[in-house]
Amino acid sequence: MKDAGFIIASYVVTFASIGVFSFVVLRRSRSAARDIRPEDRPWS
Amino acid sequence: MTTRVARDRVTGTPFTRGLGIVTIAGIVWLVIFGLFVTPADVNQGETVRIMYAHVPGAWLAYLAFIVTALSSAMYLWRRTRSLTWDRIAGASAEIGVLFMGISLVTGSLWGRLTWGTFWTWDARLTTTAFLFVTYIGYLAVRNLGGTHHQRARRSAVLALLAVLEIPLVHFSVEIWNSLHQEASVAGNTDVTMDGLMLFTLFLGVIVFTLMYVWMLLHRQRALTLEDMLDDTGLDRALAARRAEAGVS
Repeated sequence: MKDAGFIIASYVVTFASIGVFSFVVLRRSRSAARDIRPEDRPWS
Repeated sequence: MTTRVARDRVTGTPFTRGLGIVTIAGIVWLVIFGLFVTPADVNQGETVRIMYAHVPGAWLAYLAFIVTALSSAMYLWRRTRSLTWDRIAGASAEIGVLFMGISLVTGSLWGRLTWGTFWTWDARLTTTAFLFVTYIGYLAVRNLGGTHHQRARRSAVLALLAVLEIPLVHFSVEIWNSLHQEASVAGNTDVTMDGLMLFTLFLGVIVFTLMYVWMLLHRQRALTLEDMLDDTGLDRALAARRAEAGVS
């Protein structure tokens, strides 16, 4: 494939940044949940 | 305690877990089709493969900012005023900034291959960068402090102003002379796309939409937990102050 480096880089940037964002969101929510009882969470 | 919290999927529900599995399957499908299955374009060659990430990123960023504006309007309307709308607005704006950033970077990589430069002060690129910076500003304004309702009010007004930039970005290629091509899908151009390429583009839009919904649910719930934690901290501080002053 011609220009494979740029094309693969665009996919890596896309899914890596989404992965990092998701990881940070889940980690922050776990950290915030330590002092909140599960029954107080409206969705659980 | 840490282990218990780690095991307990804090912002997850059976729905989000199912959605997550479908989304990951969709990502794998999109990567295989985008990189290996679809043909090269007659004019763009192999670089068209970048479009399957770039275009859905831009469209979903627009959608995210529109959701931010609608949620902000719901917050400002007295009948539906709830901090849940504010948190949806904030969560959606964060994801919109993420998608817009992805669109700018992938567009820049495509531009290097097609135009020979990573960046040019073209109308579409400049207005998109302006939109991106505006929503970074929106997120900064959300973190200025004050009560949850003060945060919600000021950011809702800003969101309703910021969303007006989207038509400017979208129609910039028609208003000004632009290097950027006009809309290939649902546009006024005579461009026709191969069936498999069009299918992969719509697959990209569906996969990005699934990712958006999954991230929105989790981020909105994380913001709820952070607000609850703030309230708990405030209650504790007030109780400590009252105890110091001898007020029962």
